[in-house]
Amino acid sequence: MKQLSVQHLLGIKNLKKEDLHLIFENADHFKEVINRPIKKVPSLRDITIANLFFENSTRTKLSFELAEKRLSADVINFSASQSSVKKGETLIDTVNNILAMKVDMVVMRHPMVGAAKFLSQHVDAKIINAGDGTHEHPTQAILDTYSIREKLGDITGKKIVIIGDVLHSRVALSNIYALLLLGAKVKVCGPPSLIPKHIASLGIEVEYNLEKALQWCDVANILRVQHERMDVKYFPSTREYAQLYGVNMHLLSKLGKKIVVMHPGPINRGVEITSDVADSGHSIILDQVENGVATRMAIVYLLAQQIKR
Amino acid sequence: MDNKNLLNSKEIDIILNRLACQLVENHGDFSNTVLIGIQPRGIYVLNRLQTILQNENKLTNLVTGQLDITFYRDDFRRREEPLQANTTSINTILENKRVVLIDDVLFTGRSIRAALTAIESYGRPSDIELLVLIDRRFSRNLPIQPTYLGKQVDAVNNEKVNVEWYKNKSKNVISLIQKSN
Repeated sequence: MKQLSVQHLLGIKNLKKEDLHLIFENADHFKEVINRPIKKVPSLRDITIANLFFENSTRTKLSFELAEKRLSADVINFSASQSSVKKGETLIDTVNNILAMKVDMVVMRHPMVGAAKFLSQHVDAKIINAGDGTHEHPTQAILDTYSIREKLGDITGKKIVIIGDVLHSRVALSNIYALLLLGAKVKVCGPPSLIPKHIASLGIEVEYNLEKALQWCDVANILRVQHERMDVKYFPSTREYAQLYGVNMHLLSKLGKKIVVMHPGPINRGVEITSDVADSGHSIILDQVENGVATRMAIVYLLAQQIKR
Repeated sequence: MDNKNLLNSKEIDIILNRLACQLVENHGDFSNTVLIGIQPRGIYVLNRLQTILQNENKLTNLVTGQLDITFYRDDFRRREEPLQANTTSINTILENKRVVLIDDVLFTGRSIRAALTAIESYGRPSDIELLVLIDRRFSRNLPIQPTYLGKQVDAVNNEKVNVEWYKNKSKNVISLIQKSN
């Protein structure tokens, strides 16, 4: 396969296994590019990309911007906090105004579920979903699975546990779709109040005991506790959460095997993961960040390939 | 399909040996030279030359690399078939080095133009030369000429120069074939 089967990257749910392999293959090439003395290729020099972030982001926004610039695309950035959205402009109006400036691709993060899909139906540009509410965050799942593949080889049959605030996590849902597509075995682990009710219907298992989950897995992907999305109390105290679901070195040293520890960031040190784990040889957190640029270059490149003028 | 053989395996051998001698004449012990094969098919020429230089000329310290030009091509989004990249492997900085780009067939010159841009990502070489096995003269789109040349061929546009490399090198052949369309 040489082309993506989709016109936009809205979620992993719309992708095929072959799409992920195509992105991985291209990301391998781009990883070599970003390790050259001059980390730039001219492929997208006639493409303009708008990064629209209606929600805060550091890593994803920087990673996309860098990926686009490394491909020589022209990049414009937009944050909702500094825009006319505050003056009451609708999403379609905002985006159409931006597209009138001849933009070919839109990377969007938005607090509403389905915002990227909505946009793809109403505007004439390639859309990449950089996170829509608690729904999907496809590029994070792609960089996570790429990082696992890089560390452990073929993902088929590997055991991955996603730990923590699964309920509010778009990273969790996209990761589950991607991992199942690639043939991995997946469990989620966290306090019952933060595990969605029907999650097992996706074809995964739920484990409430952290120690058992870690014992089972090859890779632990630890999620951030998303205080900002919690309108009510989901657990009694941060201290209690850290005691029951925080991953620490004591737990890892008891396992008798070396597991890979991942975190999509930003880390709440001392809550879901302790500093000694985050900075240990188990952790591939910084590899994830590097791979984020390579995989996003691959995604932007493959979608740009479909633009005909 | 009408096939016209241009070079048989023995002739290819003679040419490669001559090209290797010309390289030695210009580059001496190759201490400041990097040989770069252009993906995908320049790699075969590079490997054959490397073997000759090592075995016949006893040059054991050759520095070589493989360069993929996909991301530097000027026909991105202008082709029916999407482009697929190959591996690039250049494990040295090319700053102030003498670079020899190696490819099998020089046609329009556009691949070489892309390779010249791609090479810049690894530093500023002191000079860049071009070695090709076959030069399809009169079909250039850009002002690019080879420094070392195996054989010049006159071919019209609906003909393709086909270079076949086999593990058993006595089967190698370069032929001119008519394109079906």
